[in-house]
Amino acid sequence: MRDFEYVAPTTIDEAVRLMAESGNRAKALAGGTDVIVQLRGGRFDIDRLVDMKKIPELNEMSYSEADGLTVGAAVPCHRIYEDATVQEQYPGLVDAAFLIGGIQIQGRATLGGNLCNSSPSGDTIPALMALGGTCDIAGPNGRRSLPVEDFCTGPGRNVLQDGEILVGLNFPSPKANSGAAFLRFIPRNEMDIAIANAAASVVLDDSKENIVSARIAVGAVAPTPMMATAAADGLAGKAASEESIEAAGEAAKAVASPINDMRGTVTQRVHLVGVLTKRALRTAISRAKGE
Amino acid sequence: MPKVHVQTNINGTDMDFLCEARQSLLEVLRDVLGMTGTKEGCNDGNCGACTVILDGRIVDSCCVLGVEAQGRTITTIEGVASPEGLHPLQQAFLEEAALQCGICTPGFIVAAKSLLDREPDADEGRIRHWLAGNLCRCTGYDKIIRAVLSAEDIAAGRGDRSAASTGAGAGAADQRDVYND
Repeated sequence: MRDFEYVAPTTIDEAVRLMAESGNRAKALAGGTDVIVQLRGGRFDIDRLVDMKKIPELNEMSYSEADGLTVGAAVPCHRIYEDATVQEQYPGLVDAAFLIGGIQIQGRATLGGNLCNSSPSGDTIPALMALGGTCDIAGPNGRRSLPVEDFCTGPGRNVLQDGEILVGLNFPSPKANSGAAFLRFIPRNEMDIAIANAAASVVLDDSKENIVSARIAVGAVAPTPMMATAAADGLAGKAASEESIEAAGEAAKAVASPINDMRGTVTQRVHLVGVLTKRALRTAISRAKGE
Repeated sequence: MPKVHVQTNINGTDMDFLCEARQSLLEVLRDVLGMTGTKEGCNDGNCGACTVILDGRIVDSCCVLGVEAQGRTITTIEGVASPEGLHPLQQAFLEEAALQCGICTPGFIVAAKSLLDREPDADEGRIRHWLAGNLCRCTGYDKIIRAVLSAEDIAAGRGDRSAASTGAGAGAADQRDVYND
């Protein structure tokens, strides 16, 4: 790869200025487990790499009942799954952070980087979506925020404009009687790219027998991770039963428009997304019941 | 592009070097500093042959830039043995024949060291999970896992659990205990 300038700003304003100056000839660096490999492989030709890890806000991880969980875009996966509060409040996020890559990758890779890489099969993205995450974005025109499900626009593409950076993600505090889970299917046990993945979150009523609301997101079965809105909405007001779960799993298949490739076929992916949705729902419900 | 001056600490020694921003930490270790113990396998974060410990965490050094080493603390395979002798993992890898071509070995040993430093009694399942980011294409994994279990015993001053558990080696393990008395 051609050499480039490496800069490590310490404030968001400086990072935005450096990114904006180089336009589409700049890339942001967080964990580097995607971007360094892509630069080496010639996917991008850049003049400037902007390391985000020296900016305090991007390394912050904080939780309060009022504001929920804020995870800076440069926080590596291991900090997420080793955090006692996250383990207790957001087990669905722990599922995702704990199965991305191996231990070496988890030591560097970030949720922010996984989202900005915008792969259709990005392992954490459906979990971020099912948890109702929002993106905090800074750019030359100031700050904006948007739901995670509106972030990716195509394989490797997203809403970030030249000069914009992802500052972090925010997740609302879990409601009473709620639970979430994330699952991925790969032929190996670890270290592979998803053939399909799915995340679900549910809120149960006080009896814990009925579903108040649900969110389902699926990945690796369309050009971007997708919300399975109809499948999730169909669960509202239903019993938290095997029958409801079956129906939602079948309905989730409708948003799948996958491709055949060396990892899996269209038929296999559509089937798997139904299976994974059902399994994620079962775990989410069981967590919501406190089992 | 001018080279960047980087100050870091490798295996307990303060060092500085000049590198290009595009150079990975792996390239810097091998080509700038001449520390060729760390191996290049896939060069894209899949095989773990280039594993080093960066501020207490294992990382694939092919996925870290040399410039990112500024102000950090790094342990490589060259820092695992002590002047007194081999690390228990190195001793166990030899005794259990846990290597053939040896390219993956430094990565496995550095990764396993970071596990045993945290969890000296990690069980087989935990070891297999921890080492999932390290690939071996010739020995196969069983001998490697046995070596890590054996290293736990060596480090703790216990008999050789892996030999004892295989039946055939049970006598040898018993004998060793007798000799240690």
